[in-house]
Amino acid sequence: MQWKQVTAALLLSTAAGQALAAELRVQVEIPSLQVAEYHRPYVAIWIETAKGRHQQDLALWYDLDMKDNEGTKWLKDLRLWWRRSGRELEFPVDGLSGATRPVGTHGLTFAADAPQLADLPSGEYRLVVEAAREVGGRELIRLPFQWPVAERQQQQQQGEHELGRVALELTP
Amino acid sequence: MNIKRLSACALLALGLGTAMTAQAHRAWMLPSATVLSGENTWVTVDGAVSNSLFYFEHFPLNLERLEVLSPSGAEVKAQNQAEGRYRSMFDVELTEEGTYTLQMYRQGAFARYKLNGEPKRWSGPVDQVNEIPAQATDVRVSEIDSRMQVFVTKGAPSDATFKPTGQGIELVPVTHPNDLVTGEVISFKFLLDGQPAQNLPLVLIRDGIRYRDQVGEIELTTDAAGAVEVTFDEPGMYWLEAELEQPSQNIEGAKRRLSYSATLEVLPL
Repeated sequence: MQWKQVTAALLLSTAAGQALAAELRVQVEIPSLQVAEYHRPYVAIWIETAKGRHQQDLALWYDLDMKDNEGTKWLKDLRLWWRRSGRELEFPVDGLSGATRPVGTHGLTFAADAPQLADLPSGEYRLVVEAAREVGGRELIRLPFQWPVAERQQQQQQGEHELGRVALELTP
Repeated sequence: MNIKRLSACALLALGLGTAMTAQAHRAWMLPSATVLSGENTWVTVDGAVSNSLFYFEHFPLNLERLEVLSPSGAEVKAQNQAEGRYRSMFDVELTEEGTYTLQMYRQGAFARYKLNGEPKRWSGPVDQVNEIPAQATDVRVSEIDSRMQVFVTKGAPSDATFKPTGQGIELVPVTHPNDLVTGEVISFKFLLDGQPAQNLPLVLIRDGIRYRDQVGEIELTTDAAGAVEVTFDEPGMYWLEAELEQPSQNIEGAKRRLSYSATLEVLPL
């Protein structure tokens, strides 16, 4: 019986060891909208310092498959992201650019040693999600967090127009 | 046609716009956008001389003196130029990344006189003022220096073309003119003939005058270093103007009238 318990403990500790890498998990809900002409929104997700300085891009969802890169014409409508980061970039950006997402909840997970987070200095940050929709509006959501992850953090906010529920979870 | 209208026509024909006196009519350009992204990128620009901003209700802007400079300083052709009754227009293809400057600059002399009792007008370079006939009477000469600018940026803003010429009133951006947002302190510096323009009065007027009771001009004055700071509460297209009158250095007894105007877009933060 004791041997079984020890084995179980060992197994558990191994499993725990693999899950020990800290993680940042974002969930973004693209809301279902009753509009005559619906286009999937352009979305930019990034990290900024508590003072608002751009720190790290995490994702960009836009019409990247259009002929002659025409989808880039509307990137400037993500106006805060464009000003803080986008306008310095060349598109598409490997590891950042992705297609627009359909209605539903979409998740992104980054391990603490992922290239986007590995060099993040310790401090207070905000996760920023900006969405802009063709023939529609624009919405911005910010969720604060601390880095590195000392203890579990959870933040969420419900968007009102172009975004649904945006949630951030950091696990140590 | 009454005399007033005749004057306006004549001024426009000479491409002088309204650089002369503190007339109600303002000359301006209005771009379709100032912050752009993408590859096959164009802007279209309207030009007009009118009373209120940015409404077309008086005369089209003469595009004769239009210059377009690319971010690398190359001269760019303004395409599809057209002139209607109240509005002129042109298109600019933005092939380079960076900031384009659209400018109209006029510098010279303007004279009104009478010859054999008939009113006449003359305009030309300052050093040709002696072309005015000796028998002319009632000669009134002014020196003018008038600059109008619009800035348009594709991608990241650049400032390679913001080199002052040292002539007239010039804007030296501290805050880049295509980086204007509400709620942030914006800094500009003005030069007069290459030197800091001290105590220069400026006015900023936001678009949409038709839909409010008060024009709500923002009045500013540059400090001893020619610098000025402003924070915008409302986004929109703003018209900026600075006017100055001083004795002419080149024409005895004449006044030199200078003006600078620009259309600036302030985006919401």
